Amino acid sequence: MIKDITIGQFFPGNSIVHRLDPRIKLLLTVIYIVMLFVADTFCALGAGVVFLLISFLLSGIPIKMMLKSVKPIVPIILFTGILNLFFISTGDILFQWKFIRITEDGVRTMIFMATRIILLICGTSLLTYTTSPITLTDAIERILSPLKVIKFPAHEIAMMMTIALRFIPTLIEETDKIMSAQKARGADMETGSILKRAKALIPILIPLFVSAFRRAEELALAMECRCYHGGDGRTRLKQLKTAPRDYAAVAVAILFLAAVIVLNRFSPI
Amino acid sequence: MGILRTEKLTYVYGEGTPFRKVAVDSVDIDIAEGEIVGIIGHTGSGKSTLIQHFNGLLKPTSGKVFVDGEELFADKSRLKEIRFKVGLVFQYPEHQLFEETVYKDIAFGPKNMGLSDGEIDRRIKETARLVGLSPDLLEKSPFELSGGQKRRVAIAGVMAMEPKVLILDEPTAGLDPRGRDRILGLIKEYHAEKGTTVLLVSHSMEDVARTVSKILVMNDAKVFMYSDRSSVFARADELTAMGLTVPQVTRVFDRLRAMGIEFDDEVFSIDYAKDLVLRLLKEREKKVD
Repeated sequence: MIKDITIGQFFPGNSIVHRLDPRIKLLLTVIYIVMLFVADTFCALGAGVVFLLISFLLSGIPIKMMLKSVKPIVPIILFTGILNLFFISTGDILFQWKFIRITEDGVRTMIFMATRIILLICGTSLLTYTTSPITLTDAIERILSPLKVIKFPAHEIAMMMTIALRFIPTLIEETDKIMSAQKARGADMETGSILKRAKALIPILIPLFVSAFRRAEELALAMECRCYHGGDGRTRLKQLKTAPRDYAAVAVAILFLAAVIVLNRFSPI
Repeated sequence: MGILRTEKLTYVYGEGTPFRKVAVDSVDIDIAEGEIVGIIGHTGSGKSTLIQHFNGLLKPTSGKVFVDGEELFADKSRLKEIRFKVGLVFQYPEHQLFEETVYKDIAFGPKNMGLSDGEIDRRIKETARLVGLSPDLLEKSPFELSGGQKRRVAIAGVMAMEPKVLILDEPTAGLDPRGRDRILGLIKEYHAEKGTTVLLVSHSMEDVARTVSKILVMNDAKVFMYSDRSSVFARADELTAMGLTVPQVTRVFDRLRAMGIEFDDEVFSIDYAKDLVLRLLKEREKKVD
């Protein structure tokens, strides 16, 4: 059912990964992504795997959840894999039939790319598993706040993200209700051609948009009634503070990045 | 055998997760054709979940649902057909309006049934009259109407499908007293004119008491009782214990009877109470004379 959709699922916990400063966690994720893209050899990528596994073990999130996060992007992995397999024509030929030619380089790149994408998704989902969306937007606001000097609306953007995240479940519930109501009036969304199905979405999308705009207006009014006027002079309940463990985490990540660079140079494959 | 029947109907939300909740627990009911029934229970008692089974929007976890003698989900290809026999008006139905004009919106259901244009036109005109929408409103955009009008358009959209059973989930929620009276009035008129089965879901005893003849009380996912009004209200203490109330006016007259004033009537509405008081006063005057 539509209710099962979850975006950026957060698992509350009290592990060291959960307690890291969210800004640091964002920074670590960036370092991790750089690690994956700098890596040219399997051994170098292996360092990334080790970093990911250590983080997962420390977070206490079951490894099962890591695999679950990969599930939705399996088609993308297959697609890039197949593209790489058929379109790289350098290296020793392993198999040839008419114009299709599969080479050793192709196979290698396919496996390499697939691994890289999987690692990318697992790592970034660890961030959302261990950081609540609200904390995450807080961190983004703080990271972007130096840009206020050039009139960049850091607070407003963070506020928009918070509101958007807050309303995802509400809108899902609303969609579910409208779908049931239109089904009760005989709307058929499950059979027919693609065009017919697309048309069947109109009775759902229009009420959904109408209610989303209504909600937005009501929310804006409610915020104004409580004297919301943007980020100027606002203080916050939870101050973000970095602790020694945050610096330690960054140091470890940089060490791993260095290891990746070294392995690129000296590892055989 | 009635038009709506359930056998040991059970529905469980989130089976196999920590959020598992039994919403409907082995419910056996049998509703006769032509009846006007109120389904009452406090929030979370399972009434909304129960009614969504009657037109196959929810599939029972276990148990069976029969509509007009035919079992739902026995043959999936018949589901749409059966669904047209049971018209379901959801809570805040005005949120489902989407067409350019009121006319087209009411036509949505009948069109999905595959009726001819002439028949659709006849039904729209008829239901518009039933719910008190003037003909000039039919060409307006539903989004221009007032809240009460929108709700009547949405109800008309289901009525126009001429279902054998009409189910309304909290049709008066969020309306002012006048809007509420109007909706309840039109439901009564519809029932009187069409003679079809009507189910009215509500948590307001006041609304239900003056509209329906039989009441189904739900409590904690189970059917507490299904009977006519007076025998339900006779168990006022138990109703209060489960967070429901007997209508104020009924309570007032129960007290009057306890105080020794003699009358046989069961009082459920203010209008009826007024007439009764006037009659009793007249009788008393006569006695004095």
